[in-house]
Amino acid sequence: MIEICSDVDAAVRGIADGATVLIGGFGRAGMPFALIDALRRLGPRELTVVNNNAGNGDTGLAALLAAGQVRKVICSFPRQKDSWVFDGLYREGRIELELVPQGNLAERLRAAGAGIGAFYCPTGVGTPLAEGKETREIDGRSYVLEYPIKGDYAVISAYQADPLGNVVYRKTARNFGPVMATAARTTIVQVTEVVPVGTLDPEAVVTPGIFVDRIVKVEARSYTVQGAR
Amino acid sequence: MTEPTIEHPAVENTDRGPLTTDELAAVIGRDIPAGAYVNLGIGQPTKIADYLPTGEDGNPTCILHTENGMLGMGPAARGDEIDPDLTNAGKVPVTELPGASYFHHADSFAMMRGGHLDVCVLGAYQVAANGDLANWHTGKPDDIPAVGGAMDLAIGAKDVYVMMTLFTKKGEAKLVQHCTYPLTGVACVSRVYTDYAVFDIQPDGVHVLATYGITLADLRDRVNVKLLG
Repeated sequence: MIEICSDVDAAVRGIADGATVLIGGFGRAGMPFALIDALRRLGPRELTVVNNNAGNGDTGLAALLAAGQVRKVICSFPRQKDSWVFDGLYREGRIELELVPQGNLAERLRAAGAGIGAFYCPTGVGTPLAEGKETREIDGRSYVLEYPIKGDYAVISAYQADPLGNVVYRKTARNFGPVMATAARTTIVQVTEVVPVGTLDPEAVVTPGIFVDRIVKVEARSYTVQGAR
Repeated sequence: MTEPTIEHPAVENTDRGPLTTDELAAVIGRDIPAGAYVNLGIGQPTKIADYLPTGEDGNPTCILHTENGMLGMGPAARGDEIDPDLTNAGKVPVTELPGASYFHHADSFAMMRGGHLDVCVLGAYQVAANGDLANWHTGKPDDIPAVGGAMDLAIGAKDVYVMMTLFTKKGEAKLVQHCTYPLTGVACVSRVYTDYAVFDIQPDGVHVLATYGITLADLRDRVNVKLLG
């Protein structure tokens, strides 16, 4: 059953200490700022957060990190010119990092959502990121065994949704949203617009409602590429 | 896309070079085939976009892929064109060309891993004579590692080109017998474009295709790798 939440605080309820939260976005594009702010107000701690990055500037994911709510980050690209919050926590040993090649991050989420137990992947073979992992030669090529990343919650941002939970995204803000939506027990989506059933072109729906649990309408995009909110 | 072994001798350009970054970007741009699906890495390779062959419509004859989820990427956005939902992998606002498409991360990296992407151009700390690539981590203990899509691109694109300066600031060649930095991918680079020379990595060894501002003899003196003509 899809729930249309009255506000973002209602949308994030139940996210508890120690939860694994898949947070959409690539840098700021597609980052669910309003839901992350609600998560900060809710205050669960010891979270494991999965995102491509580890926060930019002082808002969104970076603010959640700064609030001391995150124990571990699973991401592909933490170090950026505006990742000072993560950098500080990491250097002080106050946050754990699991570094995952970007494509493996996406595929491990996809595997979780598709019920795949594990998969052999050529990315990272012969590199430090494959050390200690099972490898196998298939048709003359080497592969590394990679396991799914399941989330307790997925917290993502999209453009439009209908009350049946069908979701469409905008441009490159789509990024991790569709795979994360499949990979969590509870998927929470913030959208700019909730449209009536029958409005979305069924051919253009990217995330079908079966993958979505809660929807909440937020103010139109609340971020800029420069980072000012 | 793999070309047969090239048997022509190196072109020695002693009257021009070493190349500036823009000149090098132009040399690489000319080598990108029409119709190819191409990913230009973050940093120096992004400049190649300014030097791609164009068709009658003024747009590149190749199709640019950006791993955050788009084919048909256009030039950097300016002024009113800037849309926070539309960025490249470096998180810089970009534009879309007619015929562009958007997709999620798992599809984007399937394009690499599945062997659909024709060419990628990456920066590098070091490239080894056998095509090993090191470009993601210096390995220094205080350095926060970040890999992004580098490992997926390195093993996924049909042709992996490297764009780099040939020498470090200390004058050490970055084309080496064995990489001392942590590897990104094993035996994956097919061509190395540098300010002093262009190298083709083939099963029989490293061929020099062209030199810029240096003779082949001097190049052989300064690079500790057996260089074929």
